[in-house]
Amino acid sequence: MRKIFKLVALALPLLCGPARSQETLFDEMGGKTGIDHLVDISVDKYLADPRIKDIFSESNIDRIRSELKDQFCVVANGPCQYTGHSMAAAHKGLHLTNANFNALVEDLQDAMDECAIAFAVQNRFLARLAPMQHQVVTR
Amino acid sequence: MRLCVCVLFVGVGLWTAGAPARADEAWSWFDSGKLLATGGVSEIEGAGGGGLANWALITGYGTRDSLGANLYYTAVPLPDYSLQSAGAAIGLDDRLEVSYAWQEFDTENVGALLGLGHGFRFHQNIFGAKLKLMGDAVYDQDSWVPQISVGLQHKENDRAAVIAAVGGKQSVGTDYYLAISKLFLAQSLLVNATLRETKANQLGLLGFGGDKHNEYSSQFEGSIAYLLSRSFAIGAEFRTKPSNLSIAHEDDAWDLFAAYFFNKNLSATLAYTDLGNIVIRDHQQGAYLSLQAGL
Repeated sequence: MRKIFKLVALALPLLCGPARSQETLFDEMGGKTGIDHLVDISVDKYLADPRIKDIFSESNIDRIRSELKDQFCVVANGPCQYTGHSMAAAHKGLHLTNANFNALVEDLQDAMDECAIAFAVQNRFLARLAPMQHQVVTR
Repeated sequence: MRLCVCVLFVGVGLWTAGAPARADEAWSWFDSGKLLATGGVSEIEGAGGGGLANWALITGYGTRDSLGANLYYTAVPLPDYSLQSAGAAIGLDDRLEVSYAWQEFDTENVGALLGLGHGFRFHQNIFGAKLKLMGDAVYDQDSWVPQISVGLQHKENDRAAVIAAVGGKQSVGTDYYLAISKLFLAQSLLVNATLRETKANQLGLLGFGGDKHNEYSSQFEGSIAYLLSRSFAIGAEFRTKPSNLSIAHEDDAWDLFAAYFFNKNLSATLAYTDLGNIVIRDHQQGAYLSLQAGL
């Protein structure tokens, strides 16, 4: 019986995970360096993706990179400030579809794979981005 | 019934024909714009879902500005019987789903024991429709609101005389259901629960209603899937069924499954399923294999 208690005591922290609080997402994504790298790789993918690259034809790509780095950092609860436009304002007039939005998600997932971010961590991050569909997709 | 099917197909025809005109230039045929696995696989009765359980998600990979479609084949070899099913489904604007399924239930040796003849087979055609009412299982990650759909499955069995002989009351029946689905993305979990109003005996393969009970009853089906990667999910399903026939006790069914999505055009599902007692044979446990191809 005592053995079982010992096992449970050992297993509990494993089951609950190493402090799965919101604060760790930033660290699990590699901190500021990791997130900056992720944004650079993912933006390269958006610009090469025939499904969505035209959306960026009029955009200042350097500014998009820098704003996304701040935004991803904030979304992951990192120590950053996002001073860019609201999601609704940034995508106003682009007439984006769900297919556009999902294409971008797929590129981001590919980028996170390349950055060796674990799938479960990817999903915790994507879960925070997903509701932006309501502001980004306007048709 | 023929009228039902005609109305359904004319309706779909009108919807499809009107779609490009109705929408702006965002509308396109088969955009394959949904995320991998979010159309589900093909449920044994043809609807978008898991294997035994219906989901609220609309089948296929078409977004709300497009169409999705797929074909499937499923085989369930059991110790004393075998069940196979094939069908096709279309998702329209990620809003409406229409499906057709053919099922064959082979009684193998039991057919001979019951005097029906070795390998006596029951068949049924299933015409399904599902309408998404509200919510989005994938995007609404900031609320607890699930995706909710309602649907029906109209089933026509070809063995009316045998069904009557075993105590079944009709060879034709219609199931009605309310399905809710929610992706808990942060936990990589997809949860589904469906309430089904049905008179079906063994999915309708043994007819509808019986000498013991000839009313609709509320049945539950649920599934939970854990996403191991974008293309691989494992999970479990559970489905309750009525027991309307006095000669043939009917059990609830469950399965443990693994589904692999090669891409948006092909998926394979492998499961271990337990359908319980079927007529004179207990413990009908076996493999469940399903392939879906579509876009």
